[in-house]
Amino acid sequence: MNASIVRMFGLFAVLFALLLGWTTRWTVIDAKSLRDNPLNKRTLVDELRIKRGRILADDNSVLARSVPARDNTWSRTYPTGQLFAQPIGYSIALLGSSAGLERSRGDELRGLQTGLSSIFGQLSSRRVGDDVYSTLDPNAQRVAMQQLASAPQLGSPQGSVVALDVKTGAVKVMASLPSYDDNNPHAAGTPTVTTYNRATQAGYPPGSTFKVVTDVAAIDSGKFTPDSTINGNSPVTISGVPLSNDNNASYGPISLTDALTQSVNTVWAQVAEQVGRPTMTTYMQRFGFYSKPPLDYPPDELNASRPFSPHGKPYPPGSSNEDIGRIGMGQGGLQVTPLQMAMVAAAVANGGKLMVPHLTDKAVDQDGRTVETINPKVMSQVMKPSTAQQVTQMMTNVIKDPQGTGTAAALGGIDAAGKTGTAQVGIQGSNLTQPWFIGFAPATNPRYAVAVTIDRTQGEFGGPTAGPIFKAVMQTLLQGHQ
Amino acid sequence: MRARNRELLALIPASLLVTAGFAGVFIQRSNSLSNVSLTYGAIFLGLCVGAHFFIRMTLPHADPYMFPLVAVLASFGIVMIYRISSTFARQQAQWFVLGLILFVATIIVFRDYRKLERYRYTIVFVSLGLLLLPRVPGIGDQVNGAYLGVHIPGVFVFQPTEFAKIGLVIFLASYLRDTRQLLVVGARRILGVTLPPIKHFGPVVVIWGLAMLILVLLHDIGSSLMFYGALLSVLYVATGRLSFVVVGMLAFALGAWYLGTHIAHVHDRVDAWLHPLNPTLYNKFGGSYQVANSIFAQAAGGMFGQGFGQATLTFPGSGAPLLPAPKTDMIYAVVTDELGLFGAAALLLTYLLLVARGFKTAILARDSFSKLLAAGLTSVFGLQVFVIVGGVTRVIPLTGVTLPFVSYGGSSIIANFVLIALLLLVSDRARRPV
Repeated sequence: MNASIVRMFGLFAVLFALLLGWTTRWTVIDAKSLRDNPLNKRTLVDELRIKRGRILADDNSVLARSVPARDNTWSRTYPTGQLFAQPIGYSIALLGSSAGLERSRGDELRGLQTGLSSIFGQLSSRRVGDDVYSTLDPNAQRVAMQQLASAPQLGSPQGSVVALDVKTGAVKVMASLPSYDDNNPHAAGTPTVTTYNRATQAGYPPGSTFKVVTDVAAIDSGKFTPDSTINGNSPVTISGVPLSNDNNASYGPISLTDALTQSVNTVWAQVAEQVGRPTMTTYMQRFGFYSKPPLDYPPDELNASRPFSPHGKPYPPGSSNEDIGRIGMGQGGLQVTPLQMAMVAAAVANGGKLMVPHLTDKAVDQDGRTVETINPKVMSQVMKPSTAQQVTQMMTNVIKDPQGTGTAAALGGIDAAGKTGTAQVGIQGSNLTQPWFIGFAPATNPRYAVAVTIDRTQGEFGGPTAGPIFKAVMQTLLQGHQ
Repeated sequence: MRARNRELLALIPASLLVTAGFAGVFIQRSNSLSNVSLTYGAIFLGLCVGAHFFIRMTLPHADPYMFPLVAVLASFGIVMIYRISSTFARQQAQWFVLGLILFVATIIVFRDYRKLERYRYTIVFVSLGLLLLPRVPGIGDQVNGAYLGVHIPGVFVFQPTEFAKIGLVIFLASYLRDTRQLLVVGARRILGVTLPPIKHFGPVVVIWGLAMLILVLLHDIGSSLMFYGALLSVLYVATGRLSFVVVGMLAFALGAWYLGTHIAHVHDRVDAWLHPLNPTLYNKFGGSYQVANSIFAQAAGGMFGQGFGQATLTFPGSGAPLLPAPKTDMIYAVVTDELGLFGAAALLLTYLLLVARGFKTAILARDSFSKLLAAGLTSVFGLQVFVIVGGVTRVIPLTGVTLPFVSYGGSSIIANFVLIALLLLVSDRARRPV
């Protein structure tokens, strides 16, 4: 019997070897394909185990952080909630859904570059993400949101403010109302609680603020000077359709500078036509029109600013169907984002050099090493420095001149340059308007450019309504960064 | 060194393991070492040392490594269960104590285990009766489609199969001791196949047939595999005739094919075994979700595991189980997930060592009944490990058998302690100086 017993043990050794062999198959041989199998939810759950890095404001205050949740996972919390929800976005690892900076900087926040790191000193991969430093200014952002909320408008507050550092392209303010609480993104989806980021996604008529673009094209191309005279009578036929000034006011021959100061529509329409569509298109493209801005933000949350046909189709750049005259004074189917208009102001402010806009400027790992730096980069040389100088002069007049439309934006003590806009929205005769203001300060040695817009008001104008918001935000920025 | 001294020394790793294990779980949970883990460790060590002294008094010559190996397995089991859930760990610890008590009782009562032979028919019919219990309406308990438990309201739940397996092996060992010569001598060649004589083999066939039938009625396929394997194993050891085993395997294959194609849930299990990653099967109720996640869990473990306490068992947020039955059927998958291939290999090695000691006892035993009893008990134990680990690793279809000493389950740990006690009794007699 003993022989049989020994053989039985031999059998068990073989059986156990089979068990070990199959275990090896799952743990080593087939492990990768099992991990990649779509039915395997563990990779998703493992994402939850990563401690995502923080997102910080320019004063190092925390805008997003990971807090421990059950089962060794982490969940995201946003201390500033509504205030920065639009630029920061959200990240719900369990659903694989994310938005805003949480998405566009997702790889850094998940620590993909630093590789394995271990919290508990075990042979497992506990990843800790990198902290991402944003360029956003909490004080200025707060002021912007408050101003937007309390501005005179029709219905619940809707509007946007974007502020850029003209020398670096850093985004200091990206405000959009209504906002949402990114601690609870599922509650968004109504007109008053929405993830729609007006700063980057809205397609607004820019109103007269677009005249700055026409001005730049006119002067930089050499066709006009600030003292050139155009007939400012109203109405004027543009593309076969009569175009009039506000209140159909006629100004007679008027200088370009004055035409900007008082925002004379007929003048700018004629200027645009005389500059010509190809030239206008070139300058528009230099400013960034017709393309999505190269912002470190998810591309599907960005819109290009450009003119659209009455059927809602975007015109190919320089298309002969474009009514360049009307485009030149801010109509003609133009749909722009507040970010794009801020970029317009920033280009003028920075001697014609438009810097690439960016919301973040560095990523730092958990050991304090800077793993990524975003240096200021030139996006395009839109105009000659001399043009920028001249346009700045004209824009300063908009605010300084007692007849100027932008007097409400005066900073008191520091000269600012800007342009007002009042787009007609809503049906003919409804008197619904969208106030705009774009500008920069200080006029000599400019530092910041700001664009402000309120979605809809009952007949309010850009100067008195958007101007004060520009003033408040600009003052906060200048005071905070002396 | 004397056997019992070796045994005492061998207990040290077990207690170190359990203390370290509890401490590890504690540090994971609360970032600190607390008195509780040290207390658990101390109590465990105390119990094991106590049991050791009892063995020293009663079975001085018994195999020195069996009990420490069991202690390592049981302590590992408690630590794993504690990591999964501390309430269940407390329960398991209680079962452990109860198991030790029955261990002691078995050794005292069955000092002369040879008298078991006299009651073999009683034992086997009681065992069959126990097997039938889960099917009795009112006290039967259905789990996952299988009637595995007996629920005495207000008192306890137990799984009679665990105890029945011991009874059936005792019967088999005794009966075959008497008839083994006759089976060999009287073997007939029918159609070129050597079969044991019906006259002598009949009762075994009948009784085993009853057992199989009951287990099929219970939908407890895993246990039927185990029992059938034990029968063939003891038969082979008793007669030395491979042909009997081959015939038995063929009969088994036939039966398995029949069951696989005619009984829905057996068919389901085979389907899940063959195609666990099929999306329809995966999402179907009673489909391959468990097997698929078992291999996903092992894949996550890799060579070295994710780290003790690091495996994901539930979906964070909903708490829905990612791996069903982690502390019972699937505990091997959790072990592989956390401790990797190396951890799993270590566990398998421990079981294999125990099986080796059991067979060694059988070889050293001096009379046929002892030999067959030891071989039978070792076989049924080893087969139980094979059936459950095999199911978890997809060597064979998944069934609901427990991993001895490691899975959560009172009946399992108690019955297996009785089994080990019997082995130690045989071992003591076998190694006693003549």
